[in-house]
Amino acid sequence: MLAGSLLVLLLGLPLAALVIRVPPATLLARLGQPEVLEALRLSLFTSACSTAAVVLLGLPVAHLLATREFRGKRLLELLIDVPMVLPPTVAGVGLLLAFGRAGLAGGVLRMFGLSLPFTTLAVIVAQLYVATPFFVSSATAGFLSVEPRYLESAATHRASPFYTFLHVTLPLSAPSLLAGAAMGWARALGEFGATITFAGNLPGRTQTMPLAVYVALQSDVDAAVTLSVLLLAVSLVILLGLRVLPGVTITRGILAFRRGR
Amino acid sequence: MTAMRNRTSMPSLANHRLAIVALLLGTFPVSDGAHHAFHATTPSKDQLTVFAAASLTESFGELGRLMEQRHPGLTVRFNFAGSQQLAAQLEQGAEADVFASADDRWMKSVQEKQLLAAEPQIFARNRLVVIVPASNPARIDRLAQLSGRGIKLVLAADAVPAGRYSREVLQKLSASTGFEADYGRRVLANVVSQEENVKSVVTKVQLGEADAGMVYRSDVTPAVSRYLKVLDIPEESNVLASYPIATIRNSAQRALADGFVDLVLSAEGQSVLERHGFLGVEAKAGSPVPPKPR
Repeated sequence: MLAGSLLVLLLGLPLAALVIRVPPATLLARLGQPEVLEALRLSLFTSACSTAAVVLLGLPVAHLLATREFRGKRLLELLIDVPMVLPPTVAGVGLLLAFGRAGLAGGVLRMFGLSLPFTTLAVIVAQLYVATPFFVSSATAGFLSVEPRYLESAATHRASPFYTFLHVTLPLSAPSLLAGAAMGWARALGEFGATITFAGNLPGRTQTMPLAVYVALQSDVDAAVTLSVLLLAVSLVILLGLRVLPGVTITRGILAFRRGR
Repeated sequence: MTAMRNRTSMPSLANHRLAIVALLLGTFPVSDGAHHAFHATTPSKDQLTVFAAASLTESFGELGRLMEQRHPGLTVRFNFAGSQQLAAQLEQGAEADVFASADDRWMKSVQEKQLLAAEPQIFARNRLVVIVPASNPARIDRLAQLSGRGIKLVLAADAVPAGRYSREVLQKLSASTGFEADYGRRVLANVVSQEENVKSVVTKVQLGEADAGMVYRSDVTPAVSRYLKVLDIPEESNVLASYPIATIRNSAQRALADGFVDLVLSAEGQSVLERHGFLGVEAKAGSPVPPKPR
């Protein structure tokens, strides 16, 4: 009981403190400011792109991890988990040294006319890097939770593996996939350390909401708090939106995610 | 950067993952300050906390060690960051004994909040230079080239003293002969990142990711000078950055804090600062540029 109250205080009080400090009118007025809109738009755009990329790249890998045994599997799992435990700033330094103009892969990227640092693409790459493990772990757990008898039954009906994947595996693991995507998206939206290190900080191009909050905090605390509340509101709206999607409960997915680990 | 977001805790992490964390933390360079912070938990010896502008990292590091030698048992902890960030932290109630800012503006801001124990004193001056990576990818050897199309320039943000000084320099250059009137505007259009402190500008240029940056002369330290080329800014277009220092009113050890301020202002302290590329307090707008730091 005491532990519960303490936890509620610890988790709830900061949210309350943020919300109490900003009158709704101020919030709306701020929302109309171009620089706030810019940061918000950039945050939504980059996190949408990175989440899409995470799902696109992560889905096949998660399926592979859930259904096959192969050499180096443990190593691959470890590699995918690393961004989850890596301090984001360290991730940013690594990204810079790997994909920076003067980085290991810089020459190859240049052949394609790409120079990542200080671009919006770098923001997306940083988000992709940190969000990947959240989706892949959840999706892997989801695929693992599909009972083999359904797949066997599909096979006895001569369904092709792709048909089975599309019509059996995917619907059954949908809650986990959505939960993973939601967590990955949340992580991408909140990304700070890797972004400021790898992509820099320029309004309109690389200054996402978390960076805008950080910068504002140094000169205008009220602006920072307002931006924070805005970010909080956006996150909540999207998470709630996902939660009430018909036929899907994120909670179920998250539970499966936890069981799978 | 002190406000770091680490959303890395997940339920039921296997042991091997914790081992990775330990490994990473172990290999991640721990700064002097953080190192001392760990020991701060042992029964309290005398400890002095100095909030200092990022450009003072090397010189104040040395002055801190000097202070510790003079006062056995004393530990000097530093919080190096952009002056604007230090001011914000102090105004939010961060505990410190001494504040050293890279410009008037943030010292005044702290002073207006009644947080200082005494009138601030100027202890050093500095000049700006333009740095380019040693590889010089954009082949910049004249200041006029900074306004060229596609140059990737990194400056400190507007709120950072170095950032404000940089913009002043650009304004002065635009008004001087040999430069277009819209030089400053075009250079600013080339800015690809506004860094939170001057040291981050050095890093981005040093790694070769930016084509050029504007930093203090004292930032071209022995540790980074071989990665950089320096372009001097003519005296008449340069700024003379002034660094004020003051004891914080709530300091629990005023005597020691004043002692540190005195050390910085003493002949010995001044010579340490000069060795690190700073100008003495007497430097006026017309004084000659000092030799490059070691």
